[in-house]
Amino acid sequence: MRPNGIALRQNFLLHHARQLGTLSGLLVLGLVLWVLTPHFLTLSNLLNVAEQATIIAIVAVGMTFVILTAGIDLSVGSVLAFAGVVMASALHAGAPLPFALLAGLVTGTVCGLVNGLLITLGRLPPFIATLGMMSVARGTALMYTGGRPISGFSENFRWLATGEVLRVPIPVIVMIGIYAIAFFVLTRTKLGRYTYAIGGNEEATHLSGVNVRFYKTVVYGLAGLFSGLAAILLTARLNSAQPIAGMMYELDAIAATVIGGTSLLGGEGNVLGTLIGALIMAVLRNGLNLLGVSSFLQQVVIGSVIIVAVLIDMALKRRGKYS
Amino acid sequence: METAPLLKMSQISKTFPGVLALDKVDFELRRGEVHVLLGENGAGKSTLMKILSGAYQKSSGEIELDGVPVSIKNPRHAQDLGISTIYQELNLIPHLSIAENIFLGREPSKFASVIDQRALVRAARELLKGLGLTVDPSARVKRLGIAEQQMVEVAKALSLETRILIMDEPTSALSQQEIKQLFATIRRLKEGGVSIIYISHRLEELFELGDRVTVLRDGRSVATCEVAETSKPELIRLMVNRELTEQFPKRQATIGEEILRLEGLTTSGLRDISFSLHKGEVLGIAGLMGAGRTELAQAIFGVEKIEAGQIYVKGKARRITSPRRAINCGIGFLTEDRKSQGLVLRLSVGENLCLPSVDKFTSWGMVDRNKEKLACRRYIQELRIRTPSLKQKVSFLSGGNQQKVVLGKWLCSEAEIFIFDEPTRGVDVGAKTEIYELMDRLTAEGVAIIMISSELPEVLGMSDRVLVMRSGEIAGEFSANEATQERVLQCALMA
Repeated sequence: MRPNGIALRQNFLLHHARQLGTLSGLLVLGLVLWVLTPHFLTLSNLLNVAEQATIIAIVAVGMTFVILTAGIDLSVGSVLAFAGVVMASALHAGAPLPFALLAGLVTGTVCGLVNGLLITLGRLPPFIATLGMMSVARGTALMYTGGRPISGFSENFRWLATGEVLRVPIPVIVMIGIYAIAFFVLTRTKLGRYTYAIGGNEEATHLSGVNVRFYKTVVYGLAGLFSGLAAILLTARLNSAQPIAGMMYELDAIAATVIGGTSLLGGEGNVLGTLIGALIMAVLRNGLNLLGVSSFLQQVVIGSVIIVAVLIDMALKRRGKYS
Repeated sequence: METAPLLKMSQISKTFPGVLALDKVDFELRRGEVHVLLGENGAGKSTLMKILSGAYQKSSGEIELDGVPVSIKNPRHAQDLGISTIYQELNLIPHLSIAENIFLGREPSKFASVIDQRALVRAARELLKGLGLTVDPSARVKRLGIAEQQMVEVAKALSLETRILIMDEPTSALSQQEIKQLFATIRRLKEGGVSIIYISHRLEELFELGDRVTVLRDGRSVATCEVAETSKPELIRLMVNRELTEQFPKRQATIGEEILRLEGLTTSGLRDISFSLHKGEVLGIAGLMGAGRTELAQAIFGVEKIEAGQIYVKGKARRITSPRRAINCGIGFLTEDRKSQGLVLRLSVGENLCLPSVDKFTSWGMVDRNKEKLACRRYIQELRIRTPSLKQKVSFLSGGNQQKVVLGKWLCSEAEIFIFDEPTRGVDVGAKTEIYELMDRLTAEGVAIIMISSELPEVLGMSDRVLVMRSGEIAGEFSANEATQERVLQCALMA
């Protein structure tokens, strides 16, 4: 007895009411910008926005997993820089492309796993463990490069950022792929199930026989992996790996996650919301640039948007608009 | 020369959603007496005292202080009226000094709210001296032992010009020597004109210290008598003497072979626990709060570290070091606190049901949701869980239905040994009966049940055998025929 299509769709809408709210926020924002500046709604600009969003969006996937377990990861930006310079130096040393990419991903993942072990075995609060890693990864990247960027790569590598398939930039395709996989993992796999359960009630989950330490460590490892992936795309785009790359990305990723409706208390939220959250941030930046707003004022606007978005979310939750 | 009582609480009732916690309770306190409040777990002692200290609001009834009706709005108001409470869990801030703790929120200040440290320490020293304590008032509270911390609380109460001091099981964490000191202090307070309401399970203390005693039972005041005119057996009779109103199913299981055996199990809170459990059996575990019942369940379930002794499941020695291992041995644990330990409230009914057994529905890391749904539907039907759908968040279910979800979790994981810790707490009468019937059905299918409960009628009504625990040890064992409320309670109380 399978539910028919309509019921299924209704069910989906009901379970994603919160994300629909964020989505309508994004649409309203787009509409306003379209009225204010006709250039906003051109295909080339929209693709530009999507591309701008990719790096934060990919980092924010890992952040969403972490926040769903009621944790936090402040190290994602620094790990991105570290993974970037490791990969770049592998490329410069003449390593084959797949190997260099793997080196970047592994570096990110290892940093993430170290975070996870510090939190689970070392019993450190996530805030402290990842704050430490933030500094260590950044410092290591700076020492490793002597503070100088590693620049100039082959066309093959740069194609990862400049290439297009049917006019869609490769990074956008990667981002969509990552979100599809993350959505699947969170809704259909054991890992996803346990991620929500740990964030919802760690003790009850432990008492249900779940190896909480293992899964938490894996989740931080994932956050590192996504930082490594973002490092690849960013390095390819800039044609340069910089030890100071990714500054403040952790905050943008947290903002995207929270605007997307994931609760900082854990156990509630999903990646669709995070994607919309990342897009909202990118659209906002793009629109403000098009309007010629100063970068100082931009910061004020973006900060206000984050606060207002969460205020609205909390007000709606209190009124029980959606569960 | 009978003067008007200092405090008179009359016809006090308190309802919580679905529960009548206090039913027209009368309580009277004379000036300068030690009045013991006696009753089983859940008899309503704490609720009554929380109303007096302003933590709860009464639903109906009158409180008179010095013959004047008062309505106590909040804890601060109670303090202003001269009513202070020393809870079992002490309310001190460990990093502050003794003096700072005593005067927290009322620090003497010179100007611009700069605290006058010297006046603070002086006043504190004065108070401590009055209690016969020689500690340095500027020492951090965290360096003190429990008994000394309690004295700091007493000093704090005195500094508030307390007339009525409520002490909730003050001796539970103290050594014999410390208890003696505490009693000396209490006598001194009494001579100073303070009236004391003393909550305790320990009958010996009552006879040593008390002037009068009021017995509560099931939210009602049963009797108030002079300590000198009563006896232990009479008090025990007063505490338990109730009609068995609840309906327990006629047990139909036949008791089979041994499935679980503990030999000399010792942990930080348990000493030398040995017993065996058989298929189809309900083994009741009675005892007072803090007797080690929950610790026992946790040790069997791999939560508490086992220091010595051995657990045998189906005759084989098993090392149970984590809940996962316990589950693999076929053990299921229905925790005392459903909300914080049993369920993930933000997840759905279905997700909670399958939490311990997702593995069964998983291949290559992916959950087969159809298979899972089928299993969940089966348990929802079997247990008659009232929920609109599998996707309903479990937080929206009633207490009884939530408890059934927890039970379903362990059915789904195919447990053969169920540990129920307070299975019917916070559950309405109808659901209670259902849970009893489910336990009966489970045992008929060969499941073995360990049931920890503070409700004696439940223990007696359901168990094939009753173990009584006291201070981390097994103090007695009764067969269903031998077990009576008096015997079990006596065994749980006596040292």
